[in-house]
Amino acid sequence: MLALVTTFTIDGLSSRRITVEVDLRRGLPAFTIVGRGDAAVRESRERVQTALVNAGFEFPQRRITVNLAPAHLRKVGPGFDLATACGVLVASEQLPATALERWAVFGELSLGGELRHCRGVLSVAEGARGAGIAGLIVPRECAREAALVDGLAVAGVTRLQEVAAILRGAPPPELPPPATHRPRAGDEPDLADVRGHTGPIRALTIAAAGAHNILLSGPPGTGKTMLARRAISILPPLTRDEAIAVTRIHSIVGRHVSDELVRQRPFRAPHHTISPAGLVGGGSLPQPGEATLAHHGILFLDELSEFSRPALESLRQPLEDGSVAIVRGQHTVTFPTRFQLVASTNPCPCGMAGDDRCRCSEADVARHRRKLSGPLLDRMDLLVPMPRPNAEELERDVGAASHDIRAAVLDARDRQAQRLAGTGLTTNAELTPRLARELVRADGAAMARLRLSYAEGTLSARGHGRILRVARTIADLEGSSRVTEHHVREALGLRRERVLEGAVAA
Amino acid sequence: MIACEPCLRRTALVARLAPHVERARRDRLRLRELLARSDDELITALAGDRRAAIRHAHESFDVARARERLQAAAIDAVCRHDQRYPPRLLEADDAPAVLHVAGDASLLALLAARDAPAVALVGARRAGVEGLLVAQALGRGLAAAGVTVISGMALGIDSAAHAGGLEVGGPTIAVLAGGADVAYPASKRSLHRELVRTQATVSEMPPGFKPFRWCFPARNRTIAGLASMTIVVEATERSGSLITAELAQELGRAVGAVPGPVTAPRCAGSNALLRDGALVIRNAQDALDEVLGIGVATALTGRRPDDLEPALRGLLRRVEDGCDTVSALAATPAEAQHALAGLSELELLGFLRRGPGGHYVRLP
Repeated sequence: MLALVTTFTIDGLSSRRITVEVDLRRGLPAFTIVGRGDAAVRESRERVQTALVNAGFEFPQRRITVNLAPAHLRKVGPGFDLATACGVLVASEQLPATALERWAVFGELSLGGELRHCRGVLSVAEGARGAGIAGLIVPRECAREAALVDGLAVAGVTRLQEVAAILRGAPPPELPPPATHRPRAGDEPDLADVRGHTGPIRALTIAAAGAHNILLSGPPGTGKTMLARRAISILPPLTRDEAIAVTRIHSIVGRHVSDELVRQRPFRAPHHTISPAGLVGGGSLPQPGEATLAHHGILFLDELSEFSRPALESLRQPLEDGSVAIVRGQHTVTFPTRFQLVASTNPCPCGMAGDDRCRCSEADVARHRRKLSGPLLDRMDLLVPMPRPNAEELERDVGAASHDIRAAVLDARDRQAQRLAGTGLTTNAELTPRLARELVRADGAAMARLRLSYAEGTLSARGHGRILRVARTIADLEGSSRVTEHHVREALGLRRERVLEGAVAA
Repeated sequence: MIACEPCLRRTALVARLAPHVERARRDRLRLRELLARSDDELITALAGDRRAAIRHAHESFDVARARERLQAAAIDAVCRHDQRYPPRLLEADDAPAVLHVAGDASLLALLAARDAPAVALVGARRAGVEGLLVAQALGRGLAAAGVTVISGMALGIDSAAHAGGLEVGGPTIAVLAGGADVAYPASKRSLHRELVRTQATVSEMPPGFKPFRWCFPARNRTIAGLASMTIVVEATERSGSLITAELAQELGRAVGAVPGPVTAPRCAGSNALLRDGALVIRNAQDALDEVLGIGVATALTGRRPDDLEPALRGLLRRVEDGCDTVSALAATPAEAQHALAGLSELELLGFLRRGPGGHYVRLP
């Protein structure tokens, strides 16, 4: 007899519907699984067989053939265990044939017949709803994650016997209560922890308000990393859609351990030895990289100049398009990569530039600068020098609480969203030169000031556009509809040009 | 008139003996005494086993080929018997036989008079931002007043001085340790190109010559000899710039130094010069008063802080007093906003420069 079970496999960040066909016929007892499965799928035979027996069912001494359709898709992971087991039960008439019409199943089995946590449940649930399936049976630990998808009945179960009961018509169990562990207030990094550094805090505020990429430049130990970590705390909270996107990604890579939506924007700080594939995703079965894990959050590249050139080059498309396409033969997977880039660097090889203790020659500094230049640096709207604070600054409580700054950032974001309504963009950082001309609305004095800087040679043509975008954000933070000379001046103070250079032009 | 045969022959000999001089220096022979010797004495003192071969090469020197090579490198050779040879340089017994000039040889005419104003600006290769800016401003101010700025095109202070001179179209002359057509250090290629295009580079060595270590102190004697005054901008206690200053003193020329912080090792040498009686040079005006006479020329000055609106003037004063970063100037992020705006305004007005590491530097 033949049984059909619906389940899903993860493909990139979405899921694909898979039909598990189980056929029982007379012959020498055998158990074969076909359909391009990986090692976890092949080993599934032993788990299914043992789990069925240990759960008190009968494992039919027949010739069992399992086919995972469609056959052209590669299938990965242990998520087919439950579907295979259900198929065997139906095919051997231990469950009614109609049982599987309403439900899709997804889960890994233990030898004792319990269901285990599986990666990517949120994508599977979305796939089930998309396929028009009424209900989804998943391991109980993942039930709340699956239930994030509206319009889908979710049954969270702990053991195979319960699955059988539901398929026989028993009502599915209640969802488990939400886990009670919540981060305590005060645990999260807050800008109030920062002493001194008023300039960099201001720059970080502007960066957060306009989603500008930012480069922090300063000697080791001044707090570049500390500040970058706190950037999260002043970004607007995740919207529900963003939260779902982030949860989906983190669930698929197995980083999402709680049972709820991710509430905090991700902060990813890969080490500088990372490979291009690690950064943007890759592998024979494409896995998302750090750029995707930082989606809707912050990607922090500490010691930018230490990263390999190929790794930095690979970030170009993600930065430009907000997504990265990974092509493997006939198969293309697209990962979203809408992150804000925060990078840090030493101003010179020894890090002490501008200080008497700097031991770098002109040539050293030039070499360092060459390593930094390139397409990635072009994407940095703000350059923030972070000199070593003096003793007095270190003691100074600057009274910057993340909470207040975030409120200002939110207001600025609202203004941008209103102005950009209909363009498909949401932040000033995304403004194209043409849109910037149309929408920035700088007054005469501001433009005159920009022209002057350009004529004097402190600005490049590209830098000109950057200043305009940043000045727009500064005006938004102030609630001003027009960009004035004052805004342009402040933006100029944070420009990138001529800072990494030595003192003399020659 | 093109350089005479004995002088060209002498130049070829010095170039040929260059590796031997390097070795002799290890035996603590004084370079200036060596360079003051006659051709024969030089060969005897230095050539060692190769004496016969070098003497032979010296005697069979082909002046026509040497001249061809000069022409091919577009180099003008001015020997000590040439009227264009700066008379002041001849005051030393070890003066170079030939000055090879790449670029505009007519700049030598500016040094034709015994009291022609020319200032050598020398200092550390690894200099602080302030030092570089001061050197650049001195180069600019002196050249603008028509005083020839002489330096060695080395990294740091030397290059900054030339850059300042170039800003106002010169005159500025670079004295090189290698051939006048060789950009050394290589990273100053573009500065060399610019100097050859509009100004002049000078060397006692033949074209294409790659410098040995001894060529740098030898070059310093030419710098000191050409200039009527030598100014040291930043120098550590063992700096080569101090050699230049010493040579200038021996020739009876004026020596000045720009004062630096007494705690900074990079200014220890120049400060020591001041203690020993060198002239205090604070700006181009101080130097002009010395070489041209007091009040003869007025140096260009930047805008005075008095013209600034009060808020900017206050900000500038605080930067001058050492609060030179945004974070030092602003107690809160909101204040940082105004500090940033004010600083970039002062930068545009030419009072400040955003230096490395986020420190703002007062422009001289």
